[in-house]
Amino acid sequence: MKYIVAIIQPDRLDEVLERLTASKVHLVTASSVMGRGRQGGIAQVYRSHKEAGTLLKKMKLEIGVNDDYVKAAIEAITGGARTGEVGDGKIFVLDLEQCVRIRTGETGHEAIG
Amino acid sequence: MKRIGLITGIIGTGMALAGALPALAEEAATTVTTAVAAIPAPVAAASAVNSGDTAWVLVSTALVMLMTIPGLAFFYGGLVRKKNVLSVLMQCFFLMCAVSLQWVICGYSLSFGPDVKGLIGNLDWAMLKNVGLEPNADYAGTIPHQVFMIFQMMFAVITPGLIIGAFAERMKFSAFVVFMVLWSTIVYDPVCHWVWGMGGFVRKMGALDFAGGTVVHINAGIAALVAALVLGRRLGHPHKLSPPHNLPFAVMGAALLWFGWYGFNAGSALAANGLAGSAFVVTHVATAVAGLAWATMDVIFNRRMTVLGLISGAVAGLVAITPAAGFVTVGGAMGIGLGAGVICYLFVTFVKEKLGYDDALDAFGVHCVGGIWGALATGLWATTAVNSAGANGLFYGNPAQFIIQLKAVAITVAYSGVVSFVLLKLVDGVIGLRATEQSERIGLDLTDHRETGYTVLD
Repeated sequence: MKYIVAIIQPDRLDEVLERLTASKVHLVTASSVMGRGRQGGIAQVYRSHKEAGTLLKKMKLEIGVNDDYVKAAIEAITGGARTGEVGDGKIFVLDLEQCVRIRTGETGHEAIG
Repeated sequence: MKRIGLITGIIGTGMALAGALPALAEEAATTVTTAVAAIPAPVAAASAVNSGDTAWVLVSTALVMLMTIPGLAFFYGGLVRKKNVLSVLMQCFFLMCAVSLQWVICGYSLSFGPDVKGLIGNLDWAMLKNVGLEPNADYAGTIPHQVFMIFQMMFAVITPGLIIGAFAERMKFSAFVVFMVLWSTIVYDPVCHWVWGMGGFVRKMGALDFAGGTVVHINAGIAALVAALVLGRRLGHPHKLSPPHNLPFAVMGAALLWFGWYGFNAGSALAANGLAGSAFVVTHVATAVAGLAWATMDVIFNRRMTVLGLISGAVAGLVAITPAAGFVTVGGAMGIGLGAGVICYLFVTFVKEKLGYDDALDAFGVHCVGGIWGALATGLWATTAVNSAGANGLFYGNPAQFIIQLKAVAITVAYSGVVSFVLLKLVDGVIGLRATEQSERIGLDLTDHRETGYTVLD
């Protein structure tokens, strides 16, 4: 089992979710986050005060997948989120030790989804 | 009048008939008497109260009330960090309650009551004794005295509110309460008396202050600078500052301030007349020009206009036109607005940074500097053509007025600056002014009021 964390541009969310559904990856958690990559960000101005290089809005997706779905999920996310511009985001794949479905108590492969 | 005639006529006819009956009986020609002593009907003594004037001043009172809450409250509230929004709203709302009470108990009497040596009013009008419904001819001859009183109350409420901008995010609420009550009584009331009270010595000097450039803005503004210096900088100033947490609030607050300011300036004509109209117009124009001026400075120095810049400019314009509103033409208003936008921008952007004081929300930079500019500009652009009860300024051939304005500014700055300092030190010594570092980090909403402005988790 693997846990995929993807940071994407906020406006790519709908496209990514569509492709994930098409790839039969249904379970996902999305949150609104701030982040930056190698680009500096847009410096905000407040009266006289200029902020030095800021964080930008991003979306974070978190998905638990069985090993055989990892490739499909990555392709779906990449396909949906890529614009070719700096700031497209990153995908991290982590080892997932355990997964439990709260309603039924199932664990492991069945629980993931 | 008609009724008296009618009654007299009926009685006269009745008496004539009564007189005629015995004549008929006697069959002798009798002269009918019609002369009858007129019965004096009770007539109310003609009141000086003018309904148009009274209606306008009552509405203006409500408009100025709106300037403190929600206007100033949300303007400042939107500019602070999320964790401090309630502290600002609380301070403004609290002032509305507390200063209103202080005003009727003694503040009005001290500010406008019978004069003592040109320095202060006495307490003859405490608890509004002798402040009734008949007009006070000295102050406003066509509106009930109580209406004048409550109109002035709203000025007394908002003035300490302006100072909040200087010490936001780091002053203890308990210290705020004590300081504000003292400040209203010992700084606002005397200065108000000097400039607006009958017998006040600055008024006697001939200083022109239509709606409160000195009494409100310079007064509060210099106290703000002193407070910013005495309280010291916020944690993380100047390098780690957070931006305004809710600029939409700030815009809404600024718009409400503009709306309410019509009452502040045009209402100060104390009559629904041409002067009120003129004050309304110049207030509006000066504000519009000031907003554009600040926005232009933004373009020059930041390469783009900002919303915060535009609304800050507008507020600066409102401040600057305040002392001049009843004395200048539209042309003068434009000049005043332009000056306000440019000068306040320079102060807020460069001088503040250079000198390093933490005037959190630019109470000094906008209200004191804007107020000083406005007071002096009144000495430039005032013309008796607009208001014969005023005077001519330098541009109309009377440089003396400018000097008088300068003196009034200096007196206000000196008194308010020094006494505010003393009061702050006093309160600091007894209960401490500044929130602890820990409180400041957590946020005053939670530490002073145990409340949060926005729930994070449902």
